Amino acid sequence: MTGERFISFDGVSKHFGSTTVLDDLSFDIRAGERVTLIGPSGSGKTTILRMLMTLTRPDSGTITVDGVPLFHERRGDALVPAGEAHLRRMRRHTTMVFQQYNLFPNMRVLRNVTEAPVHVLGLSRDEAEGRGRELLELVGLGDKVDAYPSQLSGGQQQRVAIARALAMRPDVLLLDEVTSALDPELAAEVLDVLRDVARTFDVTMLCVTHAMRFARDVSDRVLMFNEGRIIESAPPEQLFDAPEQVRTKEFLRSVIDET
Amino acid sequence: MTFDWTAAWDALPQLLDGLVVALWATVLGYVLALVLGLAFALLRRTERAWLRLPVGFVVEFIRSTPLLVQLFFLFFVLPAVGIELSPLATGAIGLGVHYATYTSEVYRAGIDGVPAGQWEAAKSLSLSRGRTWTRVVLPQAVPRVVPALGNYAIAMFKDTPQLTVVTVAEVLSVVKAVGAQNFRYLELITVAGVLYLAAALLIAWPVRALERRYRKETA
Repeated sequence: MTGERFISFDGVSKHFGSTTVLDDLSFDIRAGERVTLIGPSGSGKTTILRMLMTLTRPDSGTITVDGVPLFHERRGDALVPAGEAHLRRMRRHTTMVFQQYNLFPNMRVLRNVTEAPVHVLGLSRDEAEGRGRELLELVGLGDKVDAYPSQLSGGQQQRVAIARALAMRPDVLLLDEVTSALDPELAAEVLDVLRDVARTFDVTMLCVTHAMRFARDVSDRVLMFNEGRIIESAPPEQLFDAPEQVRTKEFLRSVIDET
Repeated sequence: MTFDWTAAWDALPQLLDGLVVALWATVLGYVLALVLGLAFALLRRTERAWLRLPVGFVVEFIRSTPLLVQLFFLFFVLPAVGIELSPLATGAIGLGVHYATYTSEVYRAGIDGVPAGQWEAAKSLSLSRGRTWTRVVLPQAVPRVVPALGNYAIAMFKDTPQLTVVTVAEVLSVVKAVGAQNFRYLELITVAGVLYLAAALLIAWPVRALERRYRKETA
């Protein structure tokens, strides 16, 4: 399915108060593409993911997923702001992994991974549990199915969150600074899991991260954000080794100094 | 003034009957307060303004007016619109509705305490709104407010003497009825006080146990 345009942003703007977070932004992402969003904090990367997850609406512009407008629906001839039913339908394409894991603390690990497949995808409990165990195996936590999230390390919780997201068989997987809350060692184990995921799953990935080596390993393309705009878009080798923009060079230098 | 133990002793069976009635009113009213309070808390969060605003008004209205007035209102108005209830039912409804406005605030605090990330995670998994409430939000919100909810059971029990105005035969009305015959108010009210204390301690005991249990779990 790689090749066609799967996600499009067309003239999307977003303001929070007097700050402009996204400034007339347009870009496309192909189906199956792995794209990393980099840039200084506050440059709008996370807002992009939150919009695709329908957690934030744009002020203007249109976003389409698989040819269907995300925040608009057709009523007669006119496009009107989408209602909750439309958003619910569109949301099914996509799932997101968060910086703070956001596992459900009242459910055991396996239940975290099976809750949505059973009640949203309509899988039988047996089927969902079988698949859930497989996914937990894949993220290296096959022995933790009966644990509660609070009994796991941050890195383990994040790996459960990845399994939970994959259990929804998403077309689009959004990764929002998934290692930023973790110690380097725990971050490394999460990134290893994500490398596996990128290898084995045919899923469109949008990834906001400061882990540049990981970005280089898994991305087909890197988008450099600055002040709500994309200032550079290129394959990772090109963007990291021979950036064209001065701002990109500065940013990469500051990130590499940090780590 | 002398303290006549026989007068108190003779009235004890009636006072105990009154206590049983008071406890019934508390139990029934409390169940109503727990259920209705949750309904109030949820309705005050709905996106439908035509539901949210009236419910908000009713809750604030009930919370800001005296229980005694509400009991009178139920007692005289319900029969006038054709609803005939026993005094105990009227009293339990009065207590339950009044306390529901308090418990709804307790639930609200618990719901507010669930991090926004939980709602967002539920959305990212496409969980329906109903499932998000029943499987994600309430199971986290309710345990942490169990102690606060328990305290309202005790407070409610201590408000049962007000039911005397709607002719519920609870402890205080027994005191008044028996006292009108033998004028041994001192003895009667002393025994009544001891009974209230004993019952309140009896209710407080499981409440404290729940409190300890849930404090440990949420810590």
